[in-house]
Amino acid sequence: MNVKKVEMVFLSLCASMLLVFLLALFYSAYGMGMHLPGVEATVDPREVRQTAPFDEPGLREVGEGQYEAVFLGFAWGFQPREITVPAGSEVTFIATATDVIHGFHVEGTRVNFMLIPGQVARQSYTFREPGEHLIICHEFCGAGHHLMYARVIVE
Amino acid sequence: MNTSTFNAPVVESPDGFHLGDGHRRVIAWMIYLGFAALAIGIINGLGQALNYARIDILQYFPGMRDYYQGLTVHGVVNAIVFTFAFTNGFLALTTSRALARQLPLAALWVVFGLMVAGFALAGFSIGTGRASVLYTFYSPLQAHWSFYLGLVLLVVSTWVTAGILFVALAGWRRENPGKRIPLMAYISVATYGMWVLASLGIAVSVVGILLPWSLGLVATVDPLLTRTLFWFSGHPIVYFWLLPAYVSWYVMVPRHAGGKLFSDPLTRVVFIMFLLLSIPTGFHHQYTDPGISGGMKAIHAGLTFGVFFPSLVTAFSVMYALEIGGRRRGGSGLVNWFARLDWKNPALVAQLLAMLSFTLGGATGLINASYNLNQAIHNTAWVPGHFHMTVGSAVTMSFFGIAYWLIPYLTRRELVGKGMALLSSWVYFIGVLVMARGLISGGLDGMPRRTLIMEAPYTKEGWELAGLLTGLGGTLMFIGGVLFFAVLAGTVLFGKKTEGEPDIPFTVTHEAPAETGWEVKLDRFRYWIIAAVVLVLIAYGPFFASYLPGAFTSPPYRFF
Ligand SMILES: [Cu+2]
Ligand SMILES: [Cu+2]
Repeated sequence: MNVKKVEMVFLSLCASMLLVFLLALFYSAYGMGMHLPGVEATVDPREVRQTAPFDEPGLREVGEGQYEAVFLGFAWGFQPREITVPAGSEVTFIATATDVIHGFHVEGTRVNFMLIPGQVARQSYTFREPGEHLIICHEFCGAGHHLMYARVIVE
Repeated sequence: MNTSTFNAPVVESPDGFHLGDGHRRVIAWMIYLGFAALAIGIINGLGQALNYARIDILQYFPGMRDYYQGLTVHGVVNAIVFTFAFTNGFLALTTSRALARQLPLAALWVVFGLMVAGFALAGFSIGTGRASVLYTFYSPLQAHWSFYLGLVLLVVSTWVTAGILFVALAGWRRENPGKRIPLMAYISVATYGMWVLASLGIAVSVVGILLPWSLGLVATVDPLLTRTLFWFSGHPIVYFWLLPAYVSWYVMVPRHAGGKLFSDPLTRVVFIMFLLLSIPTGFHHQYTDPGISGGMKAIHAGLTFGVFFPSLVTAFSVMYALEIGGRRRGGSGLVNWFARLDWKNPALVAQLLAMLSFTLGGATGLINASYNLNQAIHNTAWVPGHFHMTVGSAVTMSFFGIAYWLIPYLTRRELVGKGMALLSSWVYFIGVLVMARGLISGGLDGMPRRTLIMEAPYTKEGWELAGLLTGLGGTLMFIGGVLFFAVLAGTVLFGKKTEGEPDIPFTVTHEAPAETGWEVKLDRFRYWIIAAVVLVLIAYGPFFASYLPGAFTSPPYRFF
């Protein structure tokens, strides 16, 4: 057995596998529009409750079947506690934290980002099926971390 | 070249080396310190695992205020104290042996002293409830200054060790001009070279920002900046955990298995790839962070896939060595050689099982690294499911396996309880698979990590089974750990004294290092470090250039 040759075949297969995976991911992001959160806006966390749009957290309709959901995360809860949208709506989540770092995961969806004081996070998602999703704070934020959640209801 | 009969050594003077008694003692104390930390970590780990099964044992722990304090203990002692202490001792030994040089004894005691002081300071702040910030200590949660100072001392202990190793290598080179660095020293020093560069992020963050802030010298911090600096070090730290295990897999496991290492140059290339690619990948922990552009995250995703490659090379090299060993023992066919390995040797079995769990750990890690796919599992229980199959078993069980020859070597005593040692590995291995199955399925169902699930006002279908498996697997891991500590204590206290001077179990390589050609350039660490710095600048430069001076707008919070 020629070990060198076997090794070259093994390593070429490994490298090709990694390359194919990577290309598939970049296609899903840049070809199909499944983007990660990026640079959006900054806000002074000490004045965030007086700064638009975070002075009025909640859901608003911005177009036909299109909504903006403005969320604040703080120790230990979200504002609003619950939003309700019709099935088929595209919801753009715009969120930040007032105090420490929190997490924002609409479970069962790919809406999953960090709430970092000073940074505004933004992500859109279309809720096709009726149902209920928990919004879970999934980053440790202090002694009451496990108490922090909200809900998306799709009707 | 007739490779089948050629055997190249991986150390200077392969026939023997006398390690001073004082050196044996200080290295033994480092290893004991590491395992003492692990014992505390494993006890807390049981509490963490049972939380998912809705069983509260933390309330019976003396002085324990809440779950998150226990989780902080678990993370800090396992991921930082245990790994640092073991590695400082182990790689000091491998370097000293490989170069056949004594290391400065006083400096080794300084390393030990720094670790004890760092452990004591961090332990004080966490134990008294002043630092329940988990091992990631994200600002603007603020711990007591003694927590940050403790971390500094622990990191400095690795820098002093690095200095000792670099000086030893430089001395050896002066006395051996033109000679290739012995392989075992090469890979040990490369590990520290990578880590010294990698640890700069955490050093800047803790010394430059968090420590003065915790002392009240500055009022506000920038949470995204400190978080980014943390992950600058926080991803490569996983290679600082893993590479000592790789050192063992490359140059010691082949010996345990009765095989040999295939290629000297390829082994060096693997460690150089880790030196180059470990650091410019930290944004894969921040895929879901606002404030960092998608393009920068994509670059880090590509490089993360790149750093996966040397691990695949490692899989090949290790498998080759094992197959030779298995066939020498009468194994035949495509897979039978694996069954023929020496499954009665505790040092080998612990590391074989470590490798098996690492294949799953690696596969789940690649999923974590997968850019937007990360959003499906980020910060869910999936993530601890993943890393208990890497650091929590691949590394930990490898260190168990190393201990099974290292403790007898350092104490000159025979291993006590070989059967118990074998049982420990199997119980721990089955435990980690069961626990990971629980955490991973829970994570796919949205169950968050780092959360007191037992008292959360929300739950979902699927979490109950996931939690039960997590609790069951964690309990098995705990039992495996207890068996390991029984073997360790039995050996140190009651092991039969051995005669003569044992050597550490290193292998030979099939392909010797070349004296001419491109391979020689692998030994010029200086140029590789420069290349690594350039890659770091490419990967992090644009972010810092556009982000600095940062947004220092967050006052401290002590929500614990
Ligand atoms: Cu939280
Ligand atoms: Cu990582």
